[in-house]
Amino acid sequence: MAEFGHFSLTLAGVMAFVTAILGYVRSDDEHWAAHIGSLVLGTFVFASISFVALVWSFLQDDFSVAYVANHSNSLLPWYYKISATWGGHEGSFVLWILFLCAWTLLVVLRRHNYPVQIYTRVIATLALLNVGFICFCLFTSDPFERLIPMTPADGADLNPLLQDFGLIVHPPMLYAGYVGLAVPFAFAIAALLENRVDALWARWVRPWTNGCWACLTVGITLGSWWAYYELGWGGWWFWDPSENASFMPWLAATALLHSVAVTEKRGAFKSWTLLLAISGFSLSLLGGFIIRSGVLTSVHAFAVDPERGLYILIFLGIVVGSSLLLYAQRAGAYSSQVSYRFLSREFFMLINNAVLMLSLAVVMWGTLSPMGYEALTDGKISLGPPFFNRFFVPLMLVLGVAITLVPVLNWKRTRGDRVLSFLKREGVIALVVSALIAFVVRPDVITVVIGILVAVWIMVTHVLDLFGRLRKNSRQPLSYVGMTIAHFGFACSILGVAITSSQSVEKDVRMVPQEEAMLAGMSVHFNGVTQVRGPNYVAQQGLFVVRDGDSTFELRPEKRRYLAGGAIMTEAGINPGLLADTYIALGEPLEDGAWAVRMHHKPMVRWVWLGALLMAFGGILAIFDVRYRRLRARANSTSSDAPLSGRLVRE
Amino acid sequence: MNPVRKNRLYMTVFILVAVTGVVTMLMLAMEENLNMFYPPDKIVSGEAPRGKTIRAGGMVMDGSVRRIPNSLGVEFTLTDHQGSEFFVDYTGILPDLFREGQGVLVRGELRQAGRFAAVEVLAKHDENYMPPELLDLAQEGGSSG
Repeated sequence: MAEFGHFSLTLAGVMAFVTAILGYVRSDDEHWAAHIGSLVLGTFVFASISFVALVWSFLQDDFSVAYVANHSNSLLPWYYKISATWGGHEGSFVLWILFLCAWTLLVVLRRHNYPVQIYTRVIATLALLNVGFICFCLFTSDPFERLIPMTPADGADLNPLLQDFGLIVHPPMLYAGYVGLAVPFAFAIAALLENRVDALWARWVRPWTNGCWACLTVGITLGSWWAYYELGWGGWWFWDPSENASFMPWLAATALLHSVAVTEKRGAFKSWTLLLAISGFSLSLLGGFIIRSGVLTSVHAFAVDPERGLYILIFLGIVVGSSLLLYAQRAGAYSSQVSYRFLSREFFMLINNAVLMLSLAVVMWGTLSPMGYEALTDGKISLGPPFFNRFFVPLMLVLGVAITLVPVLNWKRTRGDRVLSFLKREGVIALVVSALIAFVVRPDVITVVIGILVAVWIMVTHVLDLFGRLRKNSRQPLSYVGMTIAHFGFACSILGVAITSSQSVEKDVRMVPQEEAMLAGMSVHFNGVTQVRGPNYVAQQGLFVVRDGDSTFELRPEKRRYLAGGAIMTEAGINPGLLADTYIALGEPLEDGAWAVRMHHKPMVRWVWLGALLMAFGGILAIFDVRYRRLRARANSTSSDAPLSGRLVRE
Repeated sequence: MNPVRKNRLYMTVFILVAVTGVVTMLMLAMEENLNMFYPPDKIVSGEAPRGKTIRAGGMVMDGSVRRIPNSLGVEFTLTDHQGSEFFVDYTGILPDLFREGQGVLVRGELRQAGRFAAVEVLAKHDENYMPPELLDLAQEGGSSG
């Protein structure tokens, strides 16, 4: 089976190569364009076969396959056997390739929306990238390699940290987002090759940008949620290099999302949009390099192999180098003469982009400078969360303040008196509501107060605007509804971050059975520890009875020992709630039956993820806006620089 | 000035101010939040500064972990197996992968020569970093189960 998978992957690589050649050479030919579609389908089918073959090897416990032997075990439940397929380096790349094929296939399915020259070049660029990934997989990290005759009797087991629902879904979403950024990238390359960057081009790119951005958002959120409940520390973001590796492309994609809107509506920011599209994908490659190369050793950098790092670095160099060269040659022509005032959507989009780029610069500096320092001097340094927070708190607040005005802003210019009356009406409501929240929460840090105010303000302005418009006309464009939901989600996240970071109570205590402790006004009773058995682990399970006023609930945190590797894992007991989480984790056993116990009370921590999911939902919703469906009719119209008449209101 | 030029001027000034501001802040923040890493020999030789937040690391020496009764206090010795070792005290919960013979990172302050007060202890969160003894154990456990 493994050989079959290997063969299919090779075949997929060859087909992708042919697609790329045909796409570039026969780019004007309608006849060939149809064949390119079938080639892409073929590539997808063979990549799927290869992926299924790998999954099958896992399900069959075929430990003669080295990758399976290293990442699975016969005791592993079947669903973790499947997710173990992408639990390691080699398999995650097969998944990566599969996603790239899937995105390419989606572009093929929408081919009638694009003129043939653009379509073939987009496909060719995607196929060329795919060739690079498949070569990487086959030559440096072959998942189908056999261990013959040294076949082990059983596998080394999947890292227990990865044996979890979050890890079944987190990597696929994240990879879908990473790889999805290749689509806007390919559109940018095609536009540069065709010398066609106009409003219509921007309209083609927007749904793709939304789609991959939403995947990336969900992926990052799942990662954060997983870290929260699985790592046993109760934190939800650690500014860990591997988190930053996914956050950097997200920031670029968010900037692209906004910039491409200006390009569509006003024909401005053209070369900037192109640059963002190129850098978004480059950053996801950089993220891959950071995680895969062994330049860092962190929580989930599971592969440490300089050869792979070198390959990715060369690949990154070729992709970034050639696309930037092309950009430098062609993009100069796209300087646009579009004027706008300070109080305009354009200018606020500019603020958005500036803030996001600054944030990106901070994350990049904080991630790369310790690595650079290590490479240059021999010493090791690290930049902790305070470094990042110091920038992110003010930057996100500036972004938040800018968002509050979004509903009142028009393209080009907005009358000052309208903004003023808007500020008065919505501002008063926001002030009152946030004062109420602050009265209940009683934060002691000024940035938290500002955070609450900004978040509430965004919510008030967006909700009132949405309802106001729905009352006038119940059929609002989905892109508008999506944007409103996404901004509302951003506000939820800000509120969650502000409150959970300032109001959380964390206690490490030593407890003997039948002892009671207090946590944020609740009494926590420790009933002792019993031994329980799971499918592939033995656990010490603690029983805690938490009494909060009239309500009582039980938490059963576990300390697991996995049988295959002997690895010890903490499984926190969490009582989730919209207003607050109660979180208890067992530390280690101490003398006399006592345990070290970690208890957290985390108010509104769920809002951080809920907000992010709303953002992703908003992004997805906007994809289904009618105007992206009307593209077909326009597809073969001539290039025009005039902005399209959009359906967005108040234009 | 025509509006386009005016906008460009605003934009340039805005970008310049922002970039300068950020670079200055980056430098300041770097200075404050930068934690140098010191291996055991540098801690012992006195190269590491005292009373400043730093990071250090080493292997937990066999038989050196001692719990302070009736508290969460713990003491252990970190060594590089080449003659340099130092003492760490810490109050709190140790990570799951903390054990004797395992490599760990500690963040905190060096109080006096060879005595480190840790506020955070990190063990490598990856089974591939297990010492060879444990890896052997893993394989035995796997084949019997």
